[in-house]
Amino acid sequence: MIHFEQVSKNYPGGFTALKNVSFRLERGEMAFLTGHSGAGKSTLLRLISLMERATVGRVAINGHDLRKVGRKQVPYLRRDIGIIFQDHRLLLEKTIFDNVALPLYIEGYTQGEARKRVQAALDKVGLAGKERHFPMMLSGGEQQRVGIARAIVNKPPLLLADEPTGNLDPKLSMEIMRLFESFNDVGVSVLIATHDLGLIARMRYRTLSLKEGEMISDGLAHQGEAHHE
Amino acid sequence: MSSRPHKMPIWRRFVMFWVHNLQQAVGSLGELSRAPWASLMTIAVLGLSLTLPSTLYVVVKNSQAATMGLNDAAEISLFLHKDLQRAEVETFAKRVELRNDVEKVEIIFRDAGLRDFRATSGFGSALDYLERNPLPDVLVVTPLAEHKSADRARALLAQLQQEREVSSASLDVQWLERLQALVRLVEDVLGALAVLLCAAVVLIVGNTIRLMILNRRDEIVIMKLVGATDGYIQRPFLYTGFWYGFIGGVVAWIATALLVFWIGRAVSGVTELYDSSFRLLGLNFNELMVLWLIAIILGLSGSYIAVRRHVAAIEP
Ligand SMILES: Nc1ncnc2c1ncn2[C@@H]1O[C@H](COP(=O)(O)OP(=O)(O)OP(=O)(O)O)[C@@H](O)[C@H]1O
Ligand SMILES: [Mg+2]
Repeated sequence: MIHFEQVSKNYPGGFTALKNVSFRLERGEMAFLTGHSGAGKSTLLRLISLMERATVGRVAINGHDLRKVGRKQVPYLRRDIGIIFQDHRLLLEKTIFDNVALPLYIEGYTQGEARKRVQAALDKVGLAGKERHFPMMLSGGEQQRVGIARAIVNKPPLLLADEPTGNLDPKLSMEIMRLFESFNDVGVSVLIATHDLGLIARMRYRTLSLKEGEMISDGLAHQGEAHHE
Repeated sequence: MSSRPHKMPIWRRFVMFWVHNLQQAVGSLGELSRAPWASLMTIAVLGLSLTLPSTLYVVVKNSQAATMGLNDAAEISLFLHKDLQRAEVETFAKRVELRNDVEKVEIIFRDAGLRDFRATSGFGSALDYLERNPLPDVLVVTPLAEHKSADRARALLAQLQQEREVSSASLDVQWLERLQALVRLVEDVLGALAVLLCAAVVLIVGNTIRLMILNRRDEIVIMKLVGATDGYIQRPFLYTGFWYGFIGGVVAWIATALLVFWIGRAVSGVTELYDSSFRLLGLNFNELMVLWLIAIILGLSGSYIAVRRHVAAIEP
């Protein structure tokens, strides 16, 4: 699903955010991406969602070599990736319904056609009945779940989450992780960037660790620094 | 590019495309109320900018019609040699009248000319002291309608001057040419003015749309992140430009009508003095439609320029 081959990323100004990173995430796999602040987690996710381009090396998503993806094709590639942001990124002037339906509108659905899918997505994240609300009327955790509903509404084969539990209490964090697990159960590939190590330890999934832009470990978190490939 | 098959059949996508366009067109009408002042100002600027050239156009159109009427007055006066007999004058007049570019010929015999002159000039009996009638016989030649333009009439004059009977000929077209040159000048100025104003309108619409795009930067970033194409994001802004032109065009109609009405009253004040039936004609249906179309094209091109430059520039 995701394939990094000796990828480096230099930001303009010369800062090297990723150094020679290689890994592979299989279809239907779920993994965590961890590391200290500034280690390059967000940068790695930005390379996958084509918000940035790799300076060196090859990134392939779903079999598409991203070096060969032109500007015009970027939107179509993004439709196959559900992205969840720490800061939710909701449209504050639109209802919850319209926020969740946005990916469907973009693909050409009308409001009526989108209804069933939006309702299903909101059901899934436990927000049924909030369709007519506006984002500002919801709590932080609820807004985060609206973001998740939007990411899954068009059933993308890959989900990316950047600090999805950043400012949530442990109980809610766990609930959201369980939600990701349930998507993974139906075959969605999931990659979650987080520095909530406690959560990672409890979940027992493959964990990719970054340190100053280098991939220092790849394996189960509780197995420490052991290297699996 | 999508790795999954499209979820809708082609014909359905096609229908949905138009349904969406319509929804967005109506939706973007609501967008105008998001920035009501900027929108109103832009629409007013667009409408009023078009009012000046369209009013000038009305003035030019009417003055062309008026000078066309003045062309009708183009007559050639042929002054004949004084040694011609009355019969010779009449045959010559017949001959000129038979030309295929002449409509009619009027003869003013020298005696009649002198009588008229005596009656109207006020010299009266002073003329009795003249030994001989100093006036020549005159033919007043009216060219056919299609030979009445200054150029054609001048050519006709040159030909008639060659005739043996003619001593001299005159065509008072200089003032007509001057008037026509003046009208042409106004036309040129009108053209340049229209181009400048249109460019200004495009820039102003473009600037308003640019501000709208920048105001909604965050929203555009989010839409791009969930896979919206530039085209999808651009469409509502293009529609906003369309509505600017649509409404601005109506503003231009109304303002032009008011201005023409106002000028018309001033003009009729003048023409009444000359006992003329001259009436200022406003824009006809076709011209109104052209004005509307121009307004819409300007609105669209303004927004197109803004959208092309700024939507693509916003990157997540
Ligand atoms: N647009 C940018 N231009 C220049 N440098 C950048 C840019 N974005 C990130 N960086 C730098 O790259 C490094 C990695 O940033 P990144 O956002 O990937 O870290 P992170 O692992 O997500 O950190 P955090 O846990 O704090 O979110 C940081 O040192 C940051 O300063
Ligand atoms: Mg980050």
